[in-house]
Amino acid sequence: MSMQRREFLKVLSAAGITTATLGGCAAMRGAGQAGKVVVIGGGYGGATAAKYVAMWSGGAVDVTLVEPNSTFVSCPMSNLVLGGSRQIAEVTVPYGGLAKRGINLVRDTATAVDAEKRTVRLASGQTLAYDRLILSPGIDFLYDQVPGLNNDAAQKQVLHAWKAGPQTVALRQQLEAMRDGGVYALSIPRAPYRCPPGPYERACQVAWYFKRAKPKSKVVILDGNEDVTSKKGLFTKAWSEEYKGIVEYQPNHVLTDVDARTLTAKFETASDVKADVLNVIPPHRAGAIAVQAGVVTANNRWCEVDFLSFESIKVKNIYVLGDSIQIAPGMPKSGHMANQHGKVAAAAVLASLAGQPANPTPMLNNTCYSFITDRDVVHVASVHRYDRDKKTLVTVPGSGGLSPAMNPLEGEYAWAWAKNIWADALT
Amino acid sequence: MRRLKRLPLVLLIGSAGFAAAQAPDQHLGRGLAASCSNCHGTNGVSQGAVPSLAGAAKADFVTKMQEFKSGKRPGTIMPQLAKGYSDEQIEAVAAWFATQKP
Repeated sequence: MSMQRREFLKVLSAAGITTATLGGCAAMRGAGQAGKVVVIGGGYGGATAAKYVAMWSGGAVDVTLVEPNSTFVSCPMSNLVLGGSRQIAEVTVPYGGLAKRGINLVRDTATAVDAEKRTVRLASGQTLAYDRLILSPGIDFLYDQVPGLNNDAAQKQVLHAWKAGPQTVALRQQLEAMRDGGVYALSIPRAPYRCPPGPYERACQVAWYFKRAKPKSKVVILDGNEDVTSKKGLFTKAWSEEYKGIVEYQPNHVLTDVDARTLTAKFETASDVKADVLNVIPPHRAGAIAVQAGVVTANNRWCEVDFLSFESIKVKNIYVLGDSIQIAPGMPKSGHMANQHGKVAAAAVLASLAGQPANPTPMLNNTCYSFITDRDVVHVASVHRYDRDKKTLVTVPGSGGLSPAMNPLEGEYAWAWAKNIWADALT
Repeated sequence: MRRLKRLPLVLLIGSAGFAAAQAPDQHLGRGLAASCSNCHGTNGVSQGAVPSLAGAAKADFVTKMQEFKSGKRPGTIMPQLAKGYSDEQIEAVAAWFATQKP
């Protein structure tokens, strides 16, 4: 028995918690004796939470991860695939490392949560019981806000590539097939959306490709926001210097509809824009299972949580992580943050199973690298602590900041970040 | 001042209600260290260019963090992140990493 497991079980018995009450088998001193945790979603948040519950309980807690995809494909770094300097295989990681930790991997889609019975129904018809449920479902797109995209054929033509994988590869193929002298247009939804600097990095990567392979072509950024939402000075410098004459930035372009046949984007106030490759990131909300589970509490879009534990403010024993939560001020929807949510939630779930309160002073940080060229990078960083009076996470005054300028050293660090966070979540 | 006051309260709750095996200061270090491991590797064992922290001597770790915090030690991200952690938190995370196998 590992030291962590022995300690965790000791805590359980000290708290007077018997294994039977937690759904385990008291006679069998195997995995599951300290409780059952089901995690829905194997992205940055869910994979990390699954791993840390398993690791910190020393295997005493039975952990099941439900994820429909066969491999993890990272959104961070995937813009490099669009630029062509990297292949999709380089941002893809298998889930096998979590199986080696004793986590049950279920390749399926969760379709319904019964919070009373504490069960999760899967698309296959199977039902999983849980003591604590961790929901990290990512995002779903609000296609009803872009009527012309609200069908399969249109969605195959006008891609989002805002969930890395087949869409990333397909968008790269569209860019490769585009004539020199063509226009690539990128529509950005109003904040909050997944990965604030991601669209601007994408514009840089497509421009990097055009500059070398199709120099007469243009990148047009159609931003639903009134200004660049992240790393503004660093991106605008890149567009006016490194990508002068290629990138054009247009704020206040709130998308209202798309004509997928003519690749035309329509806006609230601005004129229509016709493109050769039209890339639309539609507005989004928490993944569908969060809606079904009844934990979407803010604007019909996001899940409010207790930031000490990431437990839903509405439904007991359901913890929500990642891009699907209603964020605190200054707290981006990012893979790095989702990983941090996963650890705070993992600790809180174990404390809760042991009948203890969550850590009263959680600390989270964010580090986000954006590639300007294939190797020059800029970052933004921040540190967040729990404020007891405001009952939310706040950025620590004086902490955080930006790169002074793009540089290749941070290009190396960005890859080191990727390798470490992938290993931290998935092995 | 508020943050300084908070620590003894945590310790008090810990000694009254927590089992010995899960002393809160041990958890404090573990949780803080987990916030470093995105970049520095799980339990401080890094996969590459970013330095490993597992097994780092406590005093050395504290000195480096304080130098990042004061601006004496140059860096890219660390001077910005170090400013977000209190002296007590730096002590706790240093103590935790010092006990990890490199």
